[in-house]
Amino acid sequence: MSARRLAAEQPASFAFTPENLAWAKQQIAKYPAGRQASAIVPIIWRAQEQQGGYVTEPMLRVIGEMLGLSYIRVYEIATFYTMFNLAPVGRHLVQVCTTTPCMLRGSDDVVAACKKMIGPKPHTVYGEGLWSWMEVECLGACVNAPMLQIGSDYYEDLDAASTEKLLADLKSGKAPKPGSQIGRHSSEPRGGPTTLKEVKA
Amino acid sequence: MTKILIDGVEHDLDPTLTMLQACEAVGKEIPRFCYHERLSIAGNCRMCLIEVKMGGRPGPKPVASCAQQLRDLPPVKEGQPLHELVTNSAIVKKAREGVMEFLLLNHPLDCPICDQGGECDLQDQAMAYGMDHSRFSENKRAVPDKYLGPLIKTIMTRCIHCTRCIRFAAEVAGVDELGAIGRGEDMEITTYLEHAMASELSGNVIDLCPVGALTSKPYAFTARPWELRKTETIDVMDALGSNIRVDARGREVMRILPRNHDDVNEEWISDKSRFIWDGLRRQRLDTPYVRKNGKLAKASWGEAFAAIAAKVRATKPERMAALVGDLAPMEAVMALKDLMVALGVPNLDCRQDGAAIGLGPREGYLFNTRLGDIEDADAILLIGCNPRTEAPVLNARLRKAWLKHDAKILRLGAPADLTYPVMELGDDPAILRKSSGSEFARILKDAKRPALILGMGALTRGDGAAILKAAVTLGGETGMIGPGGEGGWNGFNVLHTAAARVGALDLGFLPAESGRDIFGIVQGIGEHAIDFVYLLGVDEIDMALMGNAFVVYQGSHGDRGAERADVILPGAAYTEQSGIYMNTEGRAQRANRAVFPPGEAKEDWAILRALSDVLGKRLPYDDLIALRKKLVLEVPHVAVLDKAPETPAPDAALWREIGAAGPIDGGQKLTDAIADFYLTNPIARASATMAECSRLHLGGGLKAAAE
Repeated sequence: MSARRLAAEQPASFAFTPENLAWAKQQIAKYPAGRQASAIVPIIWRAQEQQGGYVTEPMLRVIGEMLGLSYIRVYEIATFYTMFNLAPVGRHLVQVCTTTPCMLRGSDDVVAACKKMIGPKPHTVYGEGLWSWMEVECLGACVNAPMLQIGSDYYEDLDAASTEKLLADLKSGKAPKPGSQIGRHSSEPRGGPTTLKEVKA
Repeated sequence: MTKILIDGVEHDLDPTLTMLQACEAVGKEIPRFCYHERLSIAGNCRMCLIEVKMGGRPGPKPVASCAQQLRDLPPVKEGQPLHELVTNSAIVKKAREGVMEFLLLNHPLDCPICDQGGECDLQDQAMAYGMDHSRFSENKRAVPDKYLGPLIKTIMTRCIHCTRCIRFAAEVAGVDELGAIGRGEDMEITTYLEHAMASELSGNVIDLCPVGALTSKPYAFTARPWELRKTETIDVMDALGSNIRVDARGREVMRILPRNHDDVNEEWISDKSRFIWDGLRRQRLDTPYVRKNGKLAKASWGEAFAAIAAKVRATKPERMAALVGDLAPMEAVMALKDLMVALGVPNLDCRQDGAAIGLGPREGYLFNTRLGDIEDADAILLIGCNPRTEAPVLNARLRKAWLKHDAKILRLGAPADLTYPVMELGDDPAILRKSSGSEFARILKDAKRPALILGMGALTRGDGAAILKAAVTLGGETGMIGPGGEGGWNGFNVLHTAAARVGALDLGFLPAESGRDIFGIVQGIGEHAIDFVYLLGVDEIDMALMGNAFVVYQGSHGDRGAERADVILPGAAYTEQSGIYMNTEGRAQRANRAVFPPGEAKEDWAILRALSDVLGKRLPYDDLIALRKKLVLEVPHVAVLDKAPETPAPDAALWREIGAAGPIDGGQKLTDAIADFYLTNPIARASATMAECSRLHLGGGLKAAAE
């Protein structure tokens, strides 16, 4: 993983939308007096969503002032959590899990499909802002490995072909169906149940 | 108290001690990088690992001794042996060696070019726990250097992430500016977007850094610690009398470091005290000058003295005056006073800023609470006092009072960021008289140990004496002084800005009964009633006020006074002569000579002694010892060095003599005494480092960087 630093080019300013501002105030109100800073992670997350998927420098200052924190404290947190992107991402952010279980089940093929369909380099926006991809650590869906995340949806039980189809659908504007791509309902055994067969559903 | 074995020997120790402190208390040395007595405990370097045997059984793994207290151990069961801390077993050694190996993985092997070399904790501890080779065959990490301002040089690849600097900035300096970004393998210490650290105490992170990541920028690559001659002395940049060590090589001061003194400066000094030293080399007066045909010309001591003698003989004593500046040691002040008294000169003053102090008892101009005890105060009223610029180390103490027990700090004066919450009372000094029933008076009254600090911003006004009186009255009403104070508590304090002031006041360098004070002298010059002025290091007054008077300037630097002078007598700076300074709490401390004065310059008292001979009024001391004997006779409390006066017994009569009745001009707003922290005296004004700091922090440079 490369060092996590703010992008070189930054927008001039950041301001919460009225809805997000109201939501942020609600989050802050959850914490007892003097502990408002505890709301920082959900607030940065919401701000990132508003910004189109990444964290900007003016955003850190706005949040610092909102929570009464010095800028450096917000900066520390934004550079620590990998779920905060520090550079612009595509409208579709494809996050491929490459941690051990996914890797053993063939995430290399999924990464290869991303390289083929989206572009050769991770953390790079292709297709005029359409999409970007990156490798991430475990997303907690190991039973359906390999998998990737697009936006807030999981796509599971992938291989090279199904990943390419998925990405082709995405490119053509279709909405691919989230979840298992081999028709599993959740994480039951492939090819139907192996135990408790006599129990009627 | 709790019984515990340390390396097999039983000790009875305070259970609130950490294991590291317990081991240190019985003389066992524990290596450490992140732990520091005056900072919060981080426990992240893991160098202080020890083995804890509970009930005779070995523990599961080594323990970071800085982060656990003795009382964290479970109680000893009946019939079982005591718990034992083991600091010297093979397991401990192996554990520490492992930590050291990890610390050295990414640490560069650049000791030969590192300024920390020779005084580096990592270097020293690697001698005990390091390996002679590395098993790490990958590339070392490289970290870009950061800009932290003109004082602190960074070589961030050397950083071992102890976070001492972060904790210092956040806790002691009160500027939450340093942080660790990219926590994890790519952790780096920086300020937000690399702007200069906005603190007057920033230089202390250089001392705190256990490796060579943060070093002194002005001192970079100039000397090695072992080639420096170290002199323990006293700082004169403010009136605290911070304990410092001056490191010199040959004739030059190479750097200034703090010394630990729990009751004065703990182990911090301000950036001005630390980085002033390049000012000791520039703008120096190294030979006497005499003004001939309107131009200053180099002269011999004899010519200079002859010029003075001619003028003195032609002038009546009432038409002569002498002023003492901010940096003069007591020896020089006494010599000047003795000479002037012998000549019959009544017009003497040591208050070049016109402060309304010095009349009445000593308590009226001292920091009576004492610097070490002010942190126990639970409500502190600052009157025309900005401790952040007037005494940054004291400001850290006040911040500590707020951190430690939530002391309420109230301030009368122009709003300022003091690094802790302050209840601003506005800038109208007249409210001191209208305090009854007000909220601030109630806060002070309710406090157990209330204190007030009167600054030069209030005392140098025309109505300074009336403010002083009002402050004493308020102090009496709120239990700061007099019988109301708890257990001998005295909360009445004056914070001086001049290191020489208290000593000169103690010596009574004040107008004689028929004499003029500073205002009278200036007026007298204007009215051609004063023809001769002797300035002992006086540079903070407008020299245009010297009119047509014949001005003798004795001092170390070619600053405002020397520029105006008719005769210049080159004196020694504070690092170049042995002299006693009385700090703002009335603590006498001796500054020592680290280097010799340049060129023809001489020690201040010796110049006055020589001049007295030429003037036919030979002073009765031939050496410093004889002079100090007389000094002790005049000011008996000089006899005991490094002792602040005991809190005086409550005595209402004594306090009645302080200050003067009179109107307080509410229309005139209270302002700070110091406009530019970095340029308060001639040495600072000669320093390029201080000029750079002033430009950066007060010239708008900082704001631009933060935006």
